[in-house]
Amino acid sequence: MIENLLQHLDTLLLYVFAACALLSAVLMLVLRQPMRVAMALISTMVFLGGIYGLLGVHFIAAFQVLIYVGAVMVFMVYVIMLLEVRESAGTGRFSTLVIPGTIATILFVGALGYGVWHGYPALIKAAAGARFGIAQFSISFLTEYWLHFELTSVLLVVAVVAALAVIKVSRRAHG
Amino acid sequence: MDKIQVLLALSVALFAVGLLGVVIRRNMLVMLMCMELMLNGVNLSLVTFSHQLGSTVGAVLVFLIFVVATAEIAIAIPIVLMLVRQKHTLDINTFTNLKG
Repeated sequence: MIENLLQHLDTLLLYVFAACALLSAVLMLVLRQPMRVAMALISTMVFLGGIYGLLGVHFIAAFQVLIYVGAVMVFMVYVIMLLEVRESAGTGRFSTLVIPGTIATILFVGALGYGVWHGYPALIKAAAGARFGIAQFSISFLTEYWLHFELTSVLLVVAVVAALAVIKVSRRAHG
Repeated sequence: MDKIQVLLALSVALFAVGLLGVVIRRNMLVMLMCMELMLNGVNLSLVTFSHQLGSTVGAVLVFLIFVVATAEIAIAIPIVLMLVRQKHTLDINTFTNLKG
């Protein structure tokens, strides 16, 4: 039994990680404090990184942890600590759109789930197996997709300039 | 239900939870984090397809999404800071200046 378990350990771990990721995503919806929501999002991201690692794309797992958890979420946590706006006790955590939003989301999940369940293409099942490593990824990234790679640097420069512009407008408005 | 189907279902679920969070939560920072969750759901489906097809296209797209997510946060956070300086709250319902 133990050998059987060890044989399917990666599949089992994948299911456990998937369940944990979904659980912490749902926790994001119900927790009140932004800091706890950030922690739930971080755990979702780490579990997703584990799933990527189990799928064999280790470099994406590493970048998921480094970029998302290490950069984006640390920035987010800093902003939460910086703002520290106390919400008054009377305000609820949900807006007035709870019921229509939930109904619409259930319909959306139903439609998408129907698509995943029934329209699951045979093509994807057929083409299973071919793994690629970071070498193939890097080669195709810097030969086929070099233009996109360069365009992302333009996007980052635009983002930095836009953030500076927003701060400048805000300074002018407040003197 | 095999592994790939589970992962696709998880990615649908993460996207839906993120969308629901953006619609129903009132805190601006929580809404931003739910947007990140939606991006993560899309990333998971891209990685799953890329893994299953043995093609690098999905992985390249995931990298570009990392960059876009970082840029999104870098712009969204100063906007949130500016809004909070104006009204001293994170509640999205107080920002109704553009409402007709």
